[in-house]
Amino acid sequence: MAIQDREQGQQVDRSFVPGVEHPEAATKSGSKVGSFLARAVFLIMLLGATALFVYPLIWLLSASLKPPAEVFSNDFIGSELRFDNYTRLFAMAPMLKWTWNSLIVTFLAASTVTISSALVAFAFAYFRFPYRNVIFSIVLATMMLPGAVLMIPQFLIWDTLGFNNTLYPLWAGNLFGSAFYIFMLRQFFLGLPRELFEAANVDGAGYFRMWRSVALPLTRSALIVVFIFELKVAWTDLVRPLIFLRDVELFTLPRGLKAIIDNPQIGGQQQWELLAAASVVVTVPMILIFFAFQRYFIEGIATTGSTGK
Amino acid sequence: MAIRSTDPQQQTPGSQDSGSGAGHRRITNRQRELLWALIFMSPWIIGFLIFMAGPMLWSLWLSFTDYDPLVPNTNFVGIENYQELFSDPNIRTSLWNTVFFTIFNVPGTILSGLALALLLDKVGRAAGFFRTAFYMPNITPAVAVGALFLLLLNGRDGIVNQALRAVGLPGPSWLNDPAWIKPGIIVMMLWSVGSTVIIYFAALRNVPQVLYEAARVDGANAWQQFRRITVPMISGAIFFTLIINTIASLQLFTEVYAMFFGSQQSGAAGEAALFYVIYLFRNAFEFFNMGYASAMAWLLFAVIGVITFVQVKTSKRWVYYEGGE
Repeated sequence: MAIQDREQGQQVDRSFVPGVEHPEAATKSGSKVGSFLARAVFLIMLLGATALFVYPLIWLLSASLKPPAEVFSNDFIGSELRFDNYTRLFAMAPMLKWTWNSLIVTFLAASTVTISSALVAFAFAYFRFPYRNVIFSIVLATMMLPGAVLMIPQFLIWDTLGFNNTLYPLWAGNLFGSAFYIFMLRQFFLGLPRELFEAANVDGAGYFRMWRSVALPLTRSALIVVFIFELKVAWTDLVRPLIFLRDVELFTLPRGLKAIIDNPQIGGQQQWELLAAASVVVTVPMILIFFAFQRYFIEGIATTGSTGK
Repeated sequence: MAIRSTDPQQQTPGSQDSGSGAGHRRITNRQRELLWALIFMSPWIIGFLIFMAGPMLWSLWLSFTDYDPLVPNTNFVGIENYQELFSDPNIRTSLWNTVFFTIFNVPGTILSGLALALLLDKVGRAAGFFRTAFYMPNITPAVAVGALFLLLLNGRDGIVNQALRAVGLPGPSWLNDPAWIKPGIIVMMLWSVGSTVIIYFAALRNVPQVLYEAARVDGANAWQQFRRITVPMISGAIFFTLIINTIASLQLFTEVYAMFFGSQQSGAAGEAALFYVIYLFRNAFEFFNMGYASAMAWLLFAVIGVITFVQVKTSKRWVYYEGGE
């Protein structure tokens, strides 16, 4: 099954090459959606679905720029564009600090998990040692553990180590790799011809050099997929900030947004336009990253099947 | 797999007959390789012991105690916590809410995801654009989704109710009426069906076109083609999303917690939106009943385990894998 997945991935990959997107579909749609009426219904459904997914986000952006009384109106642009909603937001809540915390945590979480998972994946792909498959199935089994089971003891462990109310628990667990990424990268390492490593060995490369100079460069796109996935996970996480962060100064953006929802003084129930603005601030970086790395996002979800949620 | 099949140590010519010296070296090579494998694996081994196996045992132990981080002494209480699970009305409420949500959300996600993927499959060249559009909600952080739906589902002014009123339907009070809170949450979670769509869309593109051509030659209509070719050929993807979405639905937390819980406390929503992991979280980190919360976690683990097991077992009847098992 694992190998099948990889083959699937390569096929999908091909269809992403611009210009050759699924040529059959283009011709197929001509004959299948033949009549004018069917075509119109099809278009309405497609555009309707698109509006359902995209319009709320556009509405959110427009609401964040409206005067308070008009937040809920359905006009794209209110009676005036209130960019000062954002200045008010940044003045009322330590948004800059929160953004900085989020950036640090997200970057550290994504880079550490990529490196550590690649190391472990290489061990399972290249080396032969006793009980390799048994140990690997333990790795896979840990994917099944619900996060809720580990929540309390992991809190207690970080607390015992003295890291409660710091940013460390938000990313340092990633130093130890993550089962899903280990599984995924192992698949890619297995796809590399072993002769490459033998050749490197003959040239006198040690195992670390083989990993660093042969395995990693050849699986670059898989590593980017891991990095991007974890960027998303770390940037959007609310659970760990809720558990570990007490000081408002330490909050990440999602935790800050939660505080704004909770606290009518900073935003909340009365000042909807500020709540909308804060939501935009949390969302926009993800959208930018998504458009910059779109190919890897889609490839990653389609090939491995997912974590998209 | 490819790597396992070649074993240079065994294939090296003359390695067997060159005397005891070579035999000794071969063993040290093996040991060297094992050592390096351990070095490469060490992050996972440490992480597994400290952040997985250790915590599991700790959590199991806690579930038999009345541990509260604010109280100095902890008592062993036997199976009291587990007994309380059965008498605690909030457990019943939260389990019911969670099951209700899962029963609607999982089939809803699969069916709407399939419909949208089929739609995308007909688009042709522009499919990439629409796929991106469908995926936009998935890259919106969960807290922001919660905040957004607080605005969209606002009973008086939200655009959902504006739209309903425009077509002559009464807009329910999505955020306050206990009868409408869960439907509102289901709508919110269906909004992020995009990742499921992407999985199905990729699977649809891997269905060999010859199968459809052959079916058309045999006179199969569109429905028959869908039922007899498309569904079996993408059943692996459907199975995958069934498992993943069920596990995720049973652990629903962030969006709902962001909307209805925290320092602001909503009365009616407190019951109707009390999902299992939310109640677990509140017990652990708001009421500090960590022993009880640990027992809750183990019950959840068991429930998820049983459901996943049943899904995997029954899947053999309807999931088609190319080339047998």
